[in-house]
Amino acid sequence: MGRAFAEKVLARAAGLSEVRLGEIVDVYPDLYMSHMASWRCIRTLEKLGTDKLYDPDRIAMVMDHISPARTAKIADDQRLCREFAARRGIKKFYDVNAGIAHVVLMEEGHIRPAMVVIGTDSHSTIYGALGALGTGVGFSEITAAWVTGKLWMKVPESIKVVIQGPLARGTSSKDVMLKLIGDLTADGATYCSVEFHGSYTEGLSISDRMTLCNLAMEVGAKNAVVCSDEVTRTYLAERGVPPDRYTEIHPDPDAVYVKSVTVDARSLAPQIACPHAVDNVKPIDQVAGTKVNQVFIGSCANAKYEDLVEAAKILKGRKVAAGVRLLVSPASKEIVQRTVKDGTYSILLEAGALITNPGCSACAGDGGVMADGEVTLSTANRNFQGRMGSYNAEIYLGSPVVAAATAIRGVITDPREFLP
Amino acid sequence: MQARGRCWKFGDNIPTDRIVRTDLVFRPFSEIVQHVLETCNPEFPLKVKPGDIVVAGKHFGQSSGRAIAAKAMKHTGVSCIIAESFARTFYRNGFEIGMPVLECPEITAHVSDGEILVVDIDSGRIVNETTGRQLQAKPTPPFLLDMLRAGGLIAMAERLAGEG
Ligand code: SF4
Repeated sequence: MGRAFAEKVLARAAGLSEVRLGEIVDVYPDLYMSHMASWRCIRTLEKLGTDKLYDPDRIAMVMDHISPARTAKIADDQRLCREFAARRGIKKFYDVNAGIAHVVLMEEGHIRPAMVVIGTDSHSTIYGALGALGTGVGFSEITAAWVTGKLWMKVPESIKVVIQGPLARGTSSKDVMLKLIGDLTADGATYCSVEFHGSYTEGLSISDRMTLCNLAMEVGAKNAVVCSDEVTRTYLAERGVPPDRYTEIHPDPDAVYVKSVTVDARSLAPQIACPHAVDNVKPIDQVAGTKVNQVFIGSCANAKYEDLVEAAKILKGRKVAAGVRLLVSPASKEIVQRTVKDGTYSILLEAGALITNPGCSACAGDGGVMADGEVTLSTANRNFQGRMGSYNAEIYLGSPVVAAATAIRGVITDPREFLP
Repeated sequence: MQARGRCWKFGDNIPTDRIVRTDLVFRPFSEIVQHVLETCNPEFPLKVKPGDIVVAGKHFGQSSGRAIAAKAMKHTGVSCIIAESFARTFYRNGFEIGMPVLECPEITAHVSDGEILVVDIDSGRIVNETTGRQLQAKPTPPFLLDMLRAGGLIAMAERLAGEG
């Protein structure tokens, strides 16, 4: 009987020749990511009274979520991390200038196919964009892994998602995922490994794969993956990681899936997740015209270089509507550099955007929050009440081009109006 | 391990953002507990008593992986949480901090607010004392029960470190 991706990767990381579905195994993750919660891990380690670290090279810390520090307490927490990293020889330490942990670690070549990566963040599913198994855990579990090197994991069942391409005009990986989340619902893949297959995924950019795997968290997935291929190898090679530095793991052709779902991306309209649930998804014509106060282009789901370029194509030579705030928070320093170099940065500025430093920004409620009764159209991955300021505010989620079109009109707008 | 207390019942898909408001995550727990789940039931943070049991529908604790939501529940004094299903990060975080969480797909159909529930955490047997109804939750793996008995992952690690 064939085995799916997660079964094979977990067997490898557990040092076993085979694992059974539902079996609980001790896995040795290849990388432990912690973001702002790193200080909690360090304090917990102090409490444990041990100096031992299983492998400092598997520890990665990125000071995202609140960056730069907003209060003296946060500055102190960040100093603790900085000093700990220096003292303990943690080379994968990225400070407040780097950007969102998930994107930074991939850009830096730390994520490779067949790895098991755990992170103090639920969207750690994103590492599947490079053929790795990424999953979120609490900070105490990261601390325990720092010391013991291992973590318990249950071998998940797998769901096969087949996406038929090519994409319809005006849509993107974001629309594909919103459609899937609406169809599967917010708990449709709980505890499961989600594998993306189908013609759409073939040759798909790493940026779009990130969006797919990131948003898979919103159907409750344990992890999500687009299996590694030539696109993955090229991306890694460009980041100084040649193929002999990693192995690849693919599902068997006769792997068994608990469920199989298909998304037909060829006939898709732009999709919007409406307040206050990510699975409250509607095609754009049902909500077009809704007035917004703010548009946010940011988050690990959709503030990558490609996302900003797509938004800028629509914003070029146009202005943000009067009274509307357009907030752009690039996902990483590297993305800022690229947009500065190719002029995307100025296009956004000239259109009237407020461009923040790279990081989680408004997605983590770190600036850019809303007042009572306000409405935001956001490219992030969550729209729960209170996620961006007031409990009496509303968040709609959409793609970067929907965000750009909406910023220009001041109401939720179908981006196809602006496309050739 | 046993729990006995009044039932507080909640719906499906409750995100961590509603368990602990995002703007309160950096506040002390003494303040956070005054607002736990308030947007789902304003009475809850005001009237919850030590030992009370929270029952929820499917996918309790979705959204953020931060353990603060599970911790905040523990600080209210709630003795255990029974849901039809949990978001996986919330499930893990429950054991990590020593808060019993049990999955019982039939639970919401057979209990109501204010009824007295008795839960045997080890076996997963649930008795609704008010109605006499008995239910069986999914079994918890033995090593997670050990973790609960120790008071959570870090407490367990401390104990092991002490022994070693
Ligand atoms: S950008 Fe948003 S979703 Fe992504 S890691 Fe930061 S806070 Fe979480």
